[in-house]
Amino acid sequence: MSALTDLYQQLILDHNKSPRNRRKLEPADGRAEGYNPLCGDRVTVYLSLDGDIVRDIAFEGSGCAISTAAASMMTQRLKGKSVSEAKSLFEKFRRLLTDEHGVGDGGPELGKLEAFGGVRRFPARVKCATLVWHTLNAALENREDIVSTE
Amino acid sequence: MRTTAIPAQPGSAQHRPDSFDVERVRRDFPILQRTINGKPLVYLDNAATGQKPQAVIDTISRYYAAENANIHRGVHRLSVDATAAYEGARAKVQRFMGAARPEEIIFVRSATEAINLVAQAYARPTLKPGDEVLISTMEHHSNIVPWQIVCEQTGSVLRVVPINDAGEYMFEEYEQLLSSRTRLVAVTHVSNALGTINPVRRIIEVAHQRDIPVLVDGAQAAPHLAIDVKELDCDFYAISGHKMFGPSGIGALYGKYELLDDMPPYQGGGEMILSVSFEGTVYNHVPHKFEAGTPNIAGAIGLGATVDYLQQIGLDNIATYEHELLVYATEALSAVPDVRLIGTARAKAAVLSFLVGDIHPHDVGTILDLEGIAVRTGHHCAQPVMQRFGITATARASLALYNTTAEIDALVAGVGKVRKVFG
Repeated sequence: MSALTDLYQQLILDHNKSPRNRRKLEPADGRAEGYNPLCGDRVTVYLSLDGDIVRDIAFEGSGCAISTAAASMMTQRLKGKSVSEAKSLFEKFRRLLTDEHGVGDGGPELGKLEAFGGVRRFPARVKCATLVWHTLNAALENREDIVSTE
Repeated sequence: MRTTAIPAQPGSAQHRPDSFDVERVRRDFPILQRTINGKPLVYLDNAATGQKPQAVIDTISRYYAAENANIHRGVHRLSVDATAAYEGARAKVQRFMGAARPEEIIFVRSATEAINLVAQAYARPTLKPGDEVLISTMEHHSNIVPWQIVCEQTGSVLRVVPINDAGEYMFEEYEQLLSSRTRLVAVTHVSNALGTINPVRRIIEVAHQRDIPVLVDGAQAAPHLAIDVKELDCDFYAISGHKMFGPSGIGALYGKYELLDDMPPYQGGGEMILSVSFEGTVYNHVPHKFEAGTPNIAGAIGLGATVDYLQQIGLDNIATYEHELLVYATEALSAVPDVRLIGTARAKAAVLSFLVGDIHPHDVGTILDLEGIAVRTGHHCAQPVMQRFGITATARASLALYNTTAEIDALVAGVGKVRKVFG
């Protein structure tokens, strides 16, 4: 696979073209805003929790194909999952993008999120994929401050 | 001052001045031999920083290998020679900018530092609550934030001249915004995000009719246009070494002698004093008063070599050639479906900010990078410009004297590939 098709896999292009769960969620149990000062992109993550379970999750904002697909696929993957599973998936996702020793064992599988493995070859684009996950973390804590990639 | 308008005759790229041979120029820049992702480097990010000619690299290398010493300090031979080279570089920059005397050139780290120096050492002691500083929408953050800081410190107000849909400075609005409280006008000579060449001569003339001094941010002008501060009659003019193919970490501030002489120091330390005691310190004269501490000696000498290089080729030759490139690139990019140019001023430097449909500029930039093409993507440190056009980012190809029409063709093919991936 070339670096180009490795990065812009069909799955990522599809989610960029028709993002899932891109809407406002009100009222929300958790809400946070993320900002990438390098490109000026902004994303808002909304969470609705049923105890420890993510009952609904949505996002708003527009960015590059990588960040839009990351937000779309993250929300799709996390609906119905527990908060601890979400955190574990974030850790695995982060390692997929940055850690050359693989993503490790145990816990929930990344599944389709492995489509983002190609981003590892583009260090300048890793933050595009992780911004929405960092914002999710803040939404879980319902933090007021804006999450920044810097 | 040469300002050029876009609608020149098509096909003029075939009629280059005999004095300008782009292939010869390219051989002066060793980095242009590099490949990126297996493709020849097509470097179109010159508004971010320029590449360095061998003559500049050699000058810096020679300085460190054979001539290094501190300046204005020793009686030994190396120090005397280093001092002469450093002050010689000041004289070269003086001639390059058309300043009346070498003392009017202050070496700084960057154009950013030059503007901060004027904000803190000229504006801050002058400004009173309610006074106004007038900038424009198209300024780089470095010509916005220093003024915001000094306005906050003094209770003054920052006013902003708008730009029109083409990205041009709105002159009538400027004249209306000048008030009895305006104490300083700051404006960029060439916009880094849009390429607009501003009518700085007229801006200065109108301000001077009201005795208002003008600072010109020339970071984007110096690599592309002949600068003559005497002819412009500007009060301050800032340039950046690395953007004009010189070293990073060096820039210069031109200031009129009487203004500089009246200003308090910007920073305290060695070099900027005549005598120090705990009862009181006597400051050194201009320009040393503003050059506290050991300066970037190699950078200044490298900048001297840079202006030698540019003058040897001739800024007018560079401006003519780059204008031809701009005309060619504007036509070629405009012909690509879905491409929208941001910044279509009549007087424009060779900067092409563009959008490809609704494809995010970062995706455009990454795909172009895989083709070996370096463009800048993002807000270009000019977020108010992005806000003016209702966008968050653009892709920007910014050209320089060593770029070719073949490289423009590569860019256009790359944009075609972008459209295919996201088609």
